[in-house]
Amino acid sequence: MNIVVLLKQVPATESLVSVAADGVSIQTGDLKWVINPYDEFAVEEALRIKEAHGGSVTILSIGSDKAVEAIRTALAMGADTGVLINDEAAIGRDALVTAKILAAALKGMSYDLIIAGQRAVDGDNYQVGTAVAEYLGIPNISLVIKAEVTDGAVQCHRTIEGGTVVLEAPLPALFTTQRGLNEPRYASLPGIMKAKKKPLETKTLSDIGIQPGDLEGPSTRIVRMTPPPERAGGQMIEGESPQEKAAKLVKALREEAKVI
Amino acid sequence: MSNLVLAITEQIDGQFRKVTFEALSEGRRIASATGGSLAALVLGSDVGSLADELGKYGADRVLVADNGALADYTTGAYTNVVGALIHQESPAVVVIGATAQGKDLSARLSARLDAPLAMDCVAVSIDDGQLTVTRPMYGGKILAEVQMDGDPKIIALRPNAIAITEADGGGAVESLEIDPGESKIKVLEKTLETGKVELTEADIIVSGGRGMGGSDYSVIETLADLLGAAVGASRSAVDEGWRPHSDQVGQTGKVVSPNLYLACGISGAIQHLAGMGSSKVIVAINKDPEAPIFAKADYGIVDDLFEVIPCITEEVKRIK
Ligand SMILES: Cc1cc2nc3c(=O)[nH]c(=O)nc-3n(C[C@H](O)[C@H](O)[C@H](O)COP(=O)(O)OP(=O)(O)OC[C@H]3O[C@@H](n4cnc5c(N)ncnc54)[C@H](O)[C@@H]3O)c2cc1C
Ligand SMILES: Nc1ncnc2c1ncn2[C@@H]1O[C@H](COP(=O)(O)O)[C@@H](O)[C@H]1O
Repeated sequence: MNIVVLLKQVPATESLVSVAADGVSIQTGDLKWVINPYDEFAVEEALRIKEAHGGSVTILSIGSDKAVEAIRTALAMGADTGVLINDEAAIGRDALVTAKILAAALKGMSYDLIIAGQRAVDGDNYQVGTAVAEYLGIPNISLVIKAEVTDGAVQCHRTIEGGTVVLEAPLPALFTTQRGLNEPRYASLPGIMKAKKKPLETKTLSDIGIQPGDLEGPSTRIVRMTPPPERAGGQMIEGESPQEKAAKLVKALREEAKVI
Repeated sequence: MSNLVLAITEQIDGQFRKVTFEALSEGRRIASATGGSLAALVLGSDVGSLADELGKYGADRVLVADNGALADYTTGAYTNVVGALIHQESPAVVVIGATAQGKDLSARLSARLDAPLAMDCVAVSIDDGQLTVTRPMYGGKILAEVQMDGDPKIIALRPNAIAITEADGGGAVESLEIDPGESKIKVLEKTLETGKVELTEADIIVSGGRGMGGSDYSVIETLADLLGAAVGASRSAVDEGWRPHSDQVGQTGKVVSPNLYLACGISGAIQHLAGMGSSKVIVAINKDPEAPIFAKADYGIVDDLFEVIPCITEEVKRIK
């Protein structure tokens, strides 16, 4: 079983995010960077499948020099090798272009199973994994909370609104993660030591056969970024007793806010 | 390329999801602003009788792909049918709900058709023919205005963010003969919790966090039942095993935008706010007056939730 995990480094979820001077990007000055939480589930699941079935786990990421840290962390968790596509023309592109680049890289790799996050919590696109599967012409199952590899196929429990569906896809296939799939392990100290010696290759777009013109085409463009409207921390409801507070709240929800 | 707007509907067990009407309403607005027409696409098995309902949300045409192979959503079959239809009709804009199904289908379509996609949009505007969508990024810490180059422009709408408006449409029904092709994916089983209000579609959500102190959510469930609300939870409550993962609201859970969100015994961590910050009205009930949730709430009550919530339930009963 050769498993490839698509992994993106993103600002930690607790980060305060503000708009940069250009109005179309964010200030990155003092952000802390981590593995996208959904990709962490993907790494963990890949390791578990490898532990059960043998094979290898490769981490594939598009990012800048600092993304090496995220890949090393995944290697320290137990992944075998890393590939970083570090090319100015590849970083910060929209989801469709990102997927094209990842698919081009994957075409030169050997894989039975690809695992991606359902979304990267920076752009929240929910798009790259599924699009990669289309470019590779393989089936995909998204929002998976349980995966089992059997003879040449993967069975996945996929969450949908109000329930779950169990689906089976022949390998090679791609699935995307949903919380509930697993609890990612921490990198152990020996793991961290070993990770330093594991192979991590850096590639440019031309290394994976992409010429500058290949990435032109449809695109989404951010024309403006704004902070969401400030929620003006509202009204504290005072009262002598829980009954009194409850009565005032219900009245306000009914008469002022008109939501019940 | 035409100036057709295509709205892709979603039904589950013979009923349209609410986001379908939201997608149609937005589709109607886009069509009217661009001098185009609106077609609605219904996919499924034995869904012909559903088509009639859609004229009332402004669909000029209702295209029905009725096929046993479309009974349950699978990426392959659905993408084949919708992709072929888009080739045939060349719509300028495709509108779809950003549900589990809609996200998967729109992402796959976008790659197949080489068409730009804006996911999880909360607003759409058209100015001088230029389409701009607004979508939250970074867990709602940023709102991005996005424009798309390429055709068709695929807009996936976050459920509960768009107003439903009725409008007159001809609603002429046409049946489609498109081969869904071989599906590589097999559906083995489907389990739906009946009678449960889905978090992402709920008008009202009552959520409980670590302050619940255990898995007994009956105070919250009683109030939720009375209000026709869904029950949500913080990650701490889920990690404790008090609630299923599917109830989790937040950056690694569901993103919701109900009219009313009651946060009970929830401190208001940034990852929780990422999931519910776009709710229209937020109420916080917490015994700690310093809890950060109060800074985001429209109404706050400092008290023990086990004391206050039963009183709220009584009060709602009284006025109903
Ligand atoms: C990568 C990552 C992703 C995360 N994703 C999510 C996510 O998706 N969703 C999420 O919710 N969190 C998420 N978290 C966790 C988040 O940081 C917080 O830890 C979590 O939201 C806290 O949950 P809580 O408010 O229920 O618990 P606490 O922070 O412990 O707050 C409990 C509150 O209950 C109050 N309380 C206690 N007893 C009572 C009572 N009887 N009556 C009234 N009030 C009472 C207390 O005053 C306190 O304010 C994530 C964290 C990380 C690192
Ligand atoms: N730059 C990237 N490098 C590697 N994988 C990525 C990258 N961007 C997105 N992905 C993968 O695609 C998933 C969905 O991302 P998105 O569609 O951007 O929300 C992520 O969870 C990753 O698994």
